[in-house]
Amino acid sequence: MDFGSINPVILLASLMVASTPILLAALGEMVTEKSGVLNLGVEGMMIFGAVCGFIAAVESQSPAIGFLVAAIGGAALSMLFGVLTQIFLTTQVPAGLALTLFGTGLASLLGQNYQGISPPRMPEMHIPLLKDIPFLGPILFEHDAIVYLSILAVFAVWAFLKFTRAGLVLRAVGENHAAAHALGYKVKLVRFAAIGFGGAMAGLGGAYISLVRVPQWTDGITAGIGWIALAIVVFASWKAGRILIGAYLFGGITVLQLNLQAAGAKVPVELLSMSPFLATILVLVVISARRHGASNAPAMLGRIFHTS
Amino acid sequence: MTALLKLEGLTREYPGVRANDDVSFSIGAGEVHALLGENGAGKSTLVKMIYGLEKPDAGRMELRGEPYAPVNPQAARAAGVAMVFQHFSLFEALTVAENVALGMENPPKMGELAKSIRDVSETYGLPLDPDRIVGDLSAGERQRVEIIRCLLQDPKLLIMDEPTSVLTPQEVEILFKTLRKLQSEGTSILYISHKLEEIRALCDGATILRLGKVVGECDPKTTTARDMAEMMVGQTLHVPTREAGEAGEVLLKVENLSMASSNPFGTTLKNVSLTLRAGEILGVGGVAGNGQDELLSVLSGEAKTAKGSVTFLGADISNLGPNARRKIGVLAAPEERLGHAAAPNMSLTENAVLTATIRKKLSKNNFVNWRAAEGFAKDVISTFDVRTPGPASAARSLSGGNLQKFVIGREVMQDPKVLVVNQPTWGVDASAAAAIRQALMDLAAQGAGLIVISQDLDELMEISDHFAALNEGRLTAPRPALGLTVDEIGLMMGGAHDMEVADV
Amino acid sequence: MIKFIKRPQPSKFWTLATPLLAVILTMILGGLLFAAMGKDPFEAIRTIFWDPLFNPQFAGYSRPQLLVKAGPLILIAIGLSLGFKAGIWNIGAEGQYIMGALTGAAVGLALYPLEAWWIFPLMIIAGAIGGFVWAMIPAILKTRFNTNEILVSLMLVYVAEQILASAALGALRNPEGNGFPGSRNLSQIEWMSNPELISGTGAHWGVIAALGAVVATYVLLNKHMLGFQIRLTGESPRAARFAGVKDKLLVMFCLGAAGALAGLAGLFEVTGPAGQISIDFGSGYGFTAIIVAFLGRLHPVGILLAGLLLALTFIGGELAQFMLGLPSSAIQVFQGMLLMTLLAMDIVVNYRLTLVKKEVA
Repeated sequence: MDFGSINPVILLASLMVASTPILLAALGEMVTEKSGVLNLGVEGMMIFGAVCGFIAAVESQSPAIGFLVAAIGGAALSMLFGVLTQIFLTTQVPAGLALTLFGTGLASLLGQNYQGISPPRMPEMHIPLLKDIPFLGPILFEHDAIVYLSILAVFAVWAFLKFTRAGLVLRAVGENHAAAHALGYKVKLVRFAAIGFGGAMAGLGGAYISLVRVPQWTDGITAGIGWIALAIVVFASWKAGRILIGAYLFGGITVLQLNLQAAGAKVPVELLSMSPFLATILVLVVISARRHGASNAPAMLGRIFHTS
Repeated sequence: MTALLKLEGLTREYPGVRANDDVSFSIGAGEVHALLGENGAGKSTLVKMIYGLEKPDAGRMELRGEPYAPVNPQAARAAGVAMVFQHFSLFEALTVAENVALGMENPPKMGELAKSIRDVSETYGLPLDPDRIVGDLSAGERQRVEIIRCLLQDPKLLIMDEPTSVLTPQEVEILFKTLRKLQSEGTSILYISHKLEEIRALCDGATILRLGKVVGECDPKTTTARDMAEMMVGQTLHVPTREAGEAGEVLLKVENLSMASSNPFGTTLKNVSLTLRAGEILGVGGVAGNGQDELLSVLSGEAKTAKGSVTFLGADISNLGPNARRKIGVLAAPEERLGHAAAPNMSLTENAVLTATIRKKLSKNNFVNWRAAEGFAKDVISTFDVRTPGPASAARSLSGGNLQKFVIGREVMQDPKVLVVNQPTWGVDASAAAAIRQALMDLAAQGAGLIVISQDLDELMEISDHFAALNEGRLTAPRPALGLTVDEIGLMMGGAHDMEVADV
Repeated sequence: MIKFIKRPQPSKFWTLATPLLAVILTMILGGLLFAAMGKDPFEAIRTIFWDPLFNPQFAGYSRPQLLVKAGPLILIAIGLSLGFKAGIWNIGAEGQYIMGALTGAAVGLALYPLEAWWIFPLMIIAGAIGGFVWAMIPAILKTRFNTNEILVSLMLVYVAEQILASAALGALRNPEGNGFPGSRNLSQIEWMSNPELISGTGAHWGVIAALGAVVATYVLLNKHMLGFQIRLTGESPRAARFAGVKDKLLVMFCLGAAGALAGLAGLFEVTGPAGQISIDFGSGYGFTAIIVAFLGRLHPVGILLAGLLLALTFIGGELAQFMLGLPSSAIQVFQGMLLMTLLAMDIVVNYRLTLVKKEVA
């Protein structure tokens, strides 16, 4: 085995790339859950975004349009979940599963003629001066716009929830929908918006996989990342900053195991491939064991709101 | 005193009930006015009309001489009427300042808001840190959040609904100081309560409601608690009518039981001891939220407690679950009918299986005998006159009173040796309530021991042999009910604390 | 303005009618989808739902396939329905299915080339245990550490898939397979095979097991105290505690039973229709079974019918792929749509839709 073939700079730089889809999707889901809605359809919205973005980028030859369409696609799919849970008062767990099953099928259907095509390359945005910092420069500042955007989004979500009136109302709705309603806030409207944001972010994350990380379209391309994103939200205790840590942690595990595979480590490939999922389970156990009972989860998470 | 708010002939009818019938009175500027009445006397309907949550069917209101008819709470607030609810509508995971901001139409920036919260809390002696999370606050501090939310809107009339029912004596003291200060600044307060001593200590005037009608006005400072109580409950003040029966053998004994509530916002039981004998009805009074649910859960077996803390016929049962207790004859009927005593979407037959399987032998080798279960459900329905199409109806389709009859009947008809009930007649019409009480007394006459937890003092006085009261998770020593006066009962219920500090 | 008014009790009529309506509505929506793809919608629907059963050209092959596909779907869905009824969300049946097949096959292959009548029964037990153990992981983590069973059971699907790949390429690889991945063909080993029992029906031991599970679950839910406790826990957890239900034990039972049944499904598949452990053994039955469970209203008889219907969409989908060039993913979309329309329609079971005039404030 040759650890020497693993270059730490490239490893860390690719860590950021590998983490970006998880980060985007988890951040969106966190906002959705903050409003009291548990959408288990992240995987479906991601893969749907992945295919929408891929098709749009190929057809327009513009990655930017691809990402835009991916966000719209993810949000549009999430609206199905919104209609089911907010208007038809469906239980959120099966509705989210249905969204994943439906989204996976739809993505596969739409993408059938796009297999084996290369999408237009996402231009890198090397940040002048900063990129010349030794070691850190190439790791942090030689990426494409989405990577920077995803990190900005962490700060934006944090600030939105903490400092704005709309963010406060969103948290209030997720905390006690009856009281929020009594104070005159439009619970369902807020939740629709939060669901849509979650969908758009999942769509972006999916497109990042199909346009940058892989970059290709194949069936099942998201390979469970949407589910890991859901776990990261729990890991992060619904805090934006910790979402960043969680996403990078899992991106790190993914990149490391891929590098170990490439370096021919004497560990079975399958064990390396399953390591992100095992790590997720481990983290979930540690988090839930430590916080026995009193968790930071929004109090209304998964509950149906209906005014008679 | 010029009238700030004047009510004339307010009437509000619900299907089957006239909640308010021609109610008239007025509140002067800077007056603390008490609205007194039993549960169901129409107090909450009346304040809901004043606060714009309900509209009167007839009658009119005047605020500062102008016609006043708020269409919603926002309009009421704009007119200078604010209200602190008995059950707070707060957001536990948010900070004090955020909670206050959510309740304001145009809140200032968070920094400024935090400052004005500090200012107001200092001015009125209501210590409160705007940055703290509401979930970590005590009930009294939560109430301050609501009060400050009101005060920031600079109200002319502050409505307080049973404000001391959730407070410790120390917090009551602080609250009263605040209210007196507000009064001195010219704010009027409409104070709703049934705690007589507290009203005597605080209020300038009182209006007494019974069955939706004004039955009297008085100056509480010069009226005795007994006189007010008699106005509240009518001429026939129930004094204990049951003579403590011959003391039977000791059935159930609770000794020095302490238990933290499983609910983070519940009450901790502290050092509870009681003895229940065969044929005895022990009435447990007290203001809601003083440990009633917790007491029921340790007796039903839903909560397990320290070894030796609960014994039945001398045997330790503190570690037995609900079914093991049913087997030996210790039964319970919790307060919450839907979702605790009964499963809402399940049929009455299925709900019979829920607790009666063991004693009524509704299963054999763990297979349910549905015919027997239906038979038992039918028995309960006919014996307790439960109005329903039949045992196949879902529990949630029954009216509250009818479901209560079913739930109580289901336990009574299992021939318990000990039966613990919480709020057996809450929300039940008078005739059904009488039937339930009679059934409980009959059960005791047959030699069972009963613990009746209730907030309805009349009920307790009617059926109890012994009376004890829960106050902040502590149970007073049970006393023979016969001969207890209303004043003494008030003292047992924690009125003693309130009075001591209120007179300071 | 339409308002939903809660019914005093769930409507029995709509409980039965909504799955049928959902199927019809999905056929209409699916027809529109197929039309949008340039296919004749009527032909497509007929090819999927009619031809496999009644077209003499295909029925001979397709009809037995119905039971072959429905068997594992029903077996898994029956197990899932227990948990779903009690509010325990096992969505990792696919992993339990794979692990059941792996352990069962491993036990059989370890005994190769021994010949004895008890090998197949032993493999069945091993398969059930494999699925059971895999499902006990989320069960124990949930009862012990309060860990979310949805995520853990799902993560374990991916782990199981990797173990499957590893086994197909390594431990269980056929030593006489010329280096090709995949195990020996179990269906061709006399003492390990799960044959078609009645020629031309497709019925193998898995189908018998599925029917047995339907009957057993029906009895459990309707006659047995444990079944009553499962339903009670789903209806109202607090009332269940008052009734003396031991909630942790219930979690273990629901997850464990679902795992064992999924494991059985995997074992019967690997010894019968699939024949061997291969990398692509996981076929998505574990996920489709979720749809089956809901479409069947979590009722054993409903699941039996729903399993047959979903099996039909698989077979009809293959036929439509072959005859009309309809992509296989179209069927996946169709199945997803079915679950969505069903969930949307659920509202009329518990709510009455009424037209109300907007109140004048």
